[in-house]
Amino acid sequence: MTNDASPNTQPTYYQEVERKGYSRRDFIGFVTMMTAFMGLEKSAIGQVAKALETKPRIPVIWLHFQECTCCSESFIRSSHPIVADILLDKISLDYSETLMAASGFQAEEAMKNTMTKYKGEYILCVEGSVPTGADGVYCMIGGKTSMQILEEAAAGAKAVIAWGSCASNGCVQSAKPNPTKATPIHKLLKANVPLIKVPGCPPIGEVMAGVIVHLVTFGKIPELDRVGRPKAFYSKRVHDSCYRRPFYDAGLFVETFDDENAKKGYCLYKVGCKGPSTYNACGVMKWNNGTSYPIQSGHPCIGCSEENYWDNGRLYERASAFAGFGIEANADTLGKVALAATGVAVAAHAVATNVRKKKLIFELEKEGKQSEQELKS
Amino acid sequence: MANKYLHIHRLRRVYVWELPVRFYHWLNALVIIALIATGFYIANPLAIQSQHEASGQYTMGWIRYIHFAAAYLFFFNFLFRLYWGFVGNKYANWKQFLPISKKFFKEMWYVFRMDIMMLKGKEHMSIGHNAMAGFIYFLTFIAFLVQCLTGFGLYAPMSTWWLPKLFTWVPAVFGGDILTRQIHHWSMWFFILFAVIHVYLVFYHDYVEGRGEISSMGGGWKFIEEEVFERNHHQTPNPEN
Repeated sequence: MTNDASPNTQPTYYQEVERKGYSRRDFIGFVTMMTAFMGLEKSAIGQVAKALETKPRIPVIWLHFQECTCCSESFIRSSHPIVADILLDKISLDYSETLMAASGFQAEEAMKNTMTKYKGEYILCVEGSVPTGADGVYCMIGGKTSMQILEEAAAGAKAVIAWGSCASNGCVQSAKPNPTKATPIHKLLKANVPLIKVPGCPPIGEVMAGVIVHLVTFGKIPELDRVGRPKAFYSKRVHDSCYRRPFYDAGLFVETFDDENAKKGYCLYKVGCKGPSTYNACGVMKWNNGTSYPIQSGHPCIGCSEENYWDNGRLYERASAFAGFGIEANADTLGKVALAATGVAVAAHAVATNVRKKKLIFELEKEGKQSEQELKS
Repeated sequence: MANKYLHIHRLRRVYVWELPVRFYHWLNALVIIALIATGFYIANPLAIQSQHEASGQYTMGWIRYIHFAAAYLFFFNFLFRLYWGFVGNKYANWKQFLPISKKFFKEMWYVFRMDIMMLKGKEHMSIGHNAMAGFIYFLTFIAFLVQCLTGFGLYAPMSTWWLPKLFTWVPAVFGGDILTRQIHHWSMWFFILFAVIHVYLVFYHDYVEGRGEISSMGGGWKFIEEEVFERNHHQTPNPEN
């Protein structure tokens, strides 16, 4: 971890790639893959290669707060070795509790150095949510609360990346009743720094690499959607790229996990698939070097990259529990009860009408009969 | 002999619901039925056992197609009704729906006492819909709005047209499609409960008032007693005034 030189005298990404013993062919393979992942045209391959050849590395500080490190795990398993080897492990990472060799004073020192020397130039990656309950004591590193660390680190950052659902929307620790008041970082950032949300539990490794490469190549954050996610990876629903979609359109569904339909690979909609409500690239990029993704393995999507997915209903049902009416009551049970109650009320009202307004109705009928009589005569 | 206590009313014909209002009403009824039926199916599709290949079937696809087509009709019909609230006759006017005057509240209270508490009083309050009904219709317009917002919000990512794209902000407000879809589903129950009460009350008013309440949405006519007509040269919501 050499932090003495200014970023302009830092080695370029390509120099580090060469130094690590990768061939030019490996490098171009990596560039091509990344360009494709970012959703760019073929003509952009040269641009990306050129950027990695000429641009000095960008220092990265990677903070871990309330999280399970699955984002880091996903990242270092992204399909091309250069991702983990060069982008993260050997070149860029100045501070990451999980991956750095240093610890204690040295580690804190490394972070401080990067923050002062590369003020306004480093990328801050945040993995995990920040507990704000009890003045933030639920997550403290080096004697500081995560709230303080985030504030300090974000102040001088060029851009902040919220890795995973924890940092993007709070994930499981912010689910009700959220005892530590776990908070996604966009609600805490005071500094006016661009923020990229990369939700998912974890996000796909290639998506994470794609976001970093985009930052490196173009020197600016990728195009974001309304919620702050990169459009290249989060503009389509899992449902839209699902290979089981034809079964959905045909109306053929798995009813239970062990039925004939499950064996035939029908759509998992009725066993709770959240694919139709989840924006992610799982169906296209897949996981573990493009091996598979949950739906391909016969499991419904749980919507892990969606906000509040732990509280927004059950994993294996489409209908969600209706808060305050017991865990078995969903909107339809409640609706049926309300419908029955309305029916009873209407019937009672009809009876009451005939009792209370007897005279009125009698008069109306009498009036009608009178006219009938007069017409006869 | 019957004449001793009977006074045969002379009825005066009032053109209450204009043709566009009637057309709106029945188209609305039709598409809402279609939307609820297909909506239930989409939320929880039937288990189809089929020997055919998936490529030969499009059940869910057609159901969704009907839902979306009906949704467009519903939306434009709704917009049309809002427009008609400014250009239509006084019974269709937007002021009929908003509780903005003291008189409006007074009449709502009167309707509550008469039709719900079944207290004694004069039956005939309004010629169009009464204040209570107007207010409930105002609530249905809110429900229409909720369904249009959440529905087109969910539909937007499937569409390339600019109109649904105007609604992309809706799921973002609710933090995603999951909650938006649930709100869309919950709100649907309002329509069902409304329909039950609405149809019942139409029969009720026809029964206790004898003014042709049911048929008014067919031909547009309501029949007003001559003396009530004389008393209300214009529409006065509360006869007690």
